Amino acid sequence: MSVIEVTDLRKSYGGRPVVDGVSFAVEEGEIFGILGPNGAGKTTTVECVGGLRVPDAGRIRVTGLDPVADHKEVTRVLGAQLQQSELQPKLTVREALELYASFYPRPADWRPLAERLGLTPKLTTRFAKLSGGQKQRLSIALALIGDPRIVVLDELTTGLDPRARRDTWELVEDVRAGGVTVLLVTHFMEEAQRLCDRIAVIDRGRIAALDTPAGLIRRSAGATVISFTPSAPLDDHDLNALPELASVRHKDGRVTLSGTDETVDAVLTLLARSRVTAHQLRVTDATLDDAFLDLTETTA
Amino acid sequence: MSTDVLDGTVLRTEIRLFRREPGGIFWILLFPTLLLVILGSIPSFREPDPALGGLRPVDAYVPVAVLLGLIVGGLQGMPQTLTGYRENGILRRMSTTPVRPAALLTAQMLVFGGAALLSALVALAVGRLAFDVELPGQPFGYLLALLLALLGTLALGAVLSALSRTTKIATAVGSLALFPAMFCAGVWLPVEAMPDVLADVVGRTPFGAAARALNEAAAGDWPDWSHLGTLAVWTVLLTAAAARWFRWE
Repeated sequence: MSVIEVTDLRKSYGGRPVVDGVSFAVEEGEIFGILGPNGAGKTTTVECVGGLRVPDAGRIRVTGLDPVADHKEVTRVLGAQLQQSELQPKLTVREALELYASFYPRPADWRPLAERLGLTPKLTTRFAKLSGGQKQRLSIALALIGDPRIVVLDELTTGLDPRARRDTWELVEDVRAGGVTVLLVTHFMEEAQRLCDRIAVIDRGRIAALDTPAGLIRRSAGATVISFTPSAPLDDHDLNALPELASVRHKDGRVTLSGTDETVDAVLTLLARSRVTAHQLRVTDATLDDAFLDLTETTA
Repeated sequence: MSTDVLDGTVLRTEIRLFRREPGGIFWILLFPTLLLVILGSIPSFREPDPALGGLRPVDAYVPVAVLLGLIVGGLQGMPQTLTGYRENGILRRMSTTPVRPAALLTAQMLVFGGAALLSALVALAVGRLAFDVELPGQPFGYLLALLLALLGTLALGAVLSALSRTTKIATAVGSLALFPAMFCAGVWLPVEAMPDVLADVVGRTPFGAAARALNEAAAGDWPDWSHLGTLAVWTVLLTAAAARWFRWE
C-alpha cells in the first residue's frame, strides 16, 4: 500500500522551475530515498509532501490526505525533521520533548524515545549547549514524538562526524523496524546505498531514475571497475577495443577501466598476450557514486 | 487550552524562557522604574514646576516610565526574539506539527505585553510609595490609553520583525526606532514641557499621543478623544502592516 503518492508535482520560484514534473509512490514500511545534487529540488519536494509549500501543479496524497487542505491531519501522521530547524536556545531537551508531545493527541512516551536516542543524560541541557549530533538526535526525537506512520528526514547526517553518522544510520534502521515508513532526503551516496530500499534520483527538478540501489548500479554503463599499474605501457588502441568498455582513465601510470565482467576477462587476456604484469590489480563493483554521476550526466 | 493561534503549553514555555533572560527582565521590568527612582532622587525633580502646570517633574515621569517599559519590550525584546525564531527555523519546525506557528507569535505578544504591564505596575507603585505620586485620577481612561498603547507597540514590534530578515537587522532597526519612540514618550523632556509646536507634532506619533492621554488620565480627566483616536489609528495601521508583511519563513 502506498502511504505517499506524488503525481506530476511542479513548483517554480520566480519563474524558475525547481520541481518540474516529479512522480513517485512510497510504500508502507520502506525507506525511500530522494537523492540528488544540491539544488536539485529534493527539499522543495518533501516540503510539498509535508504541506509546508503549496505546489503549483500536481497531486500529493499522504495516507490519502491532501497535505495543504488537510494540513492538521497530515501533521498527525507525518513527522518531519527539516534542515536548519533549531529550537529556542534556552529550552532544555526535556522541555522540548514535553512541549512537542503536547501538540499531539496520542504522542509517544518521550522517556523511552529519549533513551533510545541516547538523550537521557542530556535532558536538563539547553538546546544551545548540545553538540551537532545531539541536536540532530533531538530533531529526530521530535519528528517521532507524535507517533507518526511516516517520518521525513532531510539531510539528517550533514555536518555529523563519521561515528555519529553511523550511529544515526542504525537509528533510522531501528525506526523502520518499528514499522515507520521513512522518506530520506540525502546527497550522500553511501547513506542512500546503505539505508534505502528504493531511491529516486532527482536532477534539475526531474526524476532521473527510480530503482533499488543495486538496480541503479546495474543500469549504469560502467558497473565494474578494474584498475592496475601495468609493468609496461599498454597500447591505447588495444584498450579502446575492449568489449563493453565504458571508460578509460590514465593517472600517474595507473590505468582505470570501467565496463562489465566481460571487459575484465578481455583485459586479463590482453595483459597475458602482451606479457604485461598488472601490479596492484583491483576489480571492484561500481558504487552508487558512479551510477549517480552516470545518471545525472546523461540528463545534461 | 489550545486553539489555532493560542496554545497553553507554548505560552507557559515562552514565559519560562523569558524568565531565563536576565537582560530582558532588567530592561523591561526594572530599568524604567530605576530611571524614575534616579530622577526622583534629584531634589529639584520633587519641586512643583510651572512649565508642567504645577506638577512636579517626578509626577510627569511616572507615565514616561510606564511607556518606557512598553517601548523597550515592544521594540527591543519582541522583534529580536520573533526574528530569531523565524531565522533559526523554529517557526518552520512548528509548522510541521498540529500546532500552528501563530501560537508562538501570540505567546510572544502575551509574554512581552504582560511584562510591559507588570513594568507599568511597578512604576506606578514605586511612584506612589517612594515619591507620593498620585495614582491615576481616571483609572479607566488610564487603562484604556495604556492598552491601546500596548497594542500599538506590539503591532510596531511585529512590523519591525516582519521587515528584518535577521536578528542582527532586527536589533539595529529596533535601536533606531527606540530613540525617537523614547523622545516622543517624553524621556528627555515630558510632552507637557515641550514647546507647543513640538508638542503638537509629537502628539501625532503613537508614543506622543499615548503620553498625552496618560497624563490627562493621571490628572483625573477622561483622555482627549483626539489622543485616543490617534493611538487607535496607529494601532490599526501597524496591525495591517504587520499582517501584510509578516512572513513565517
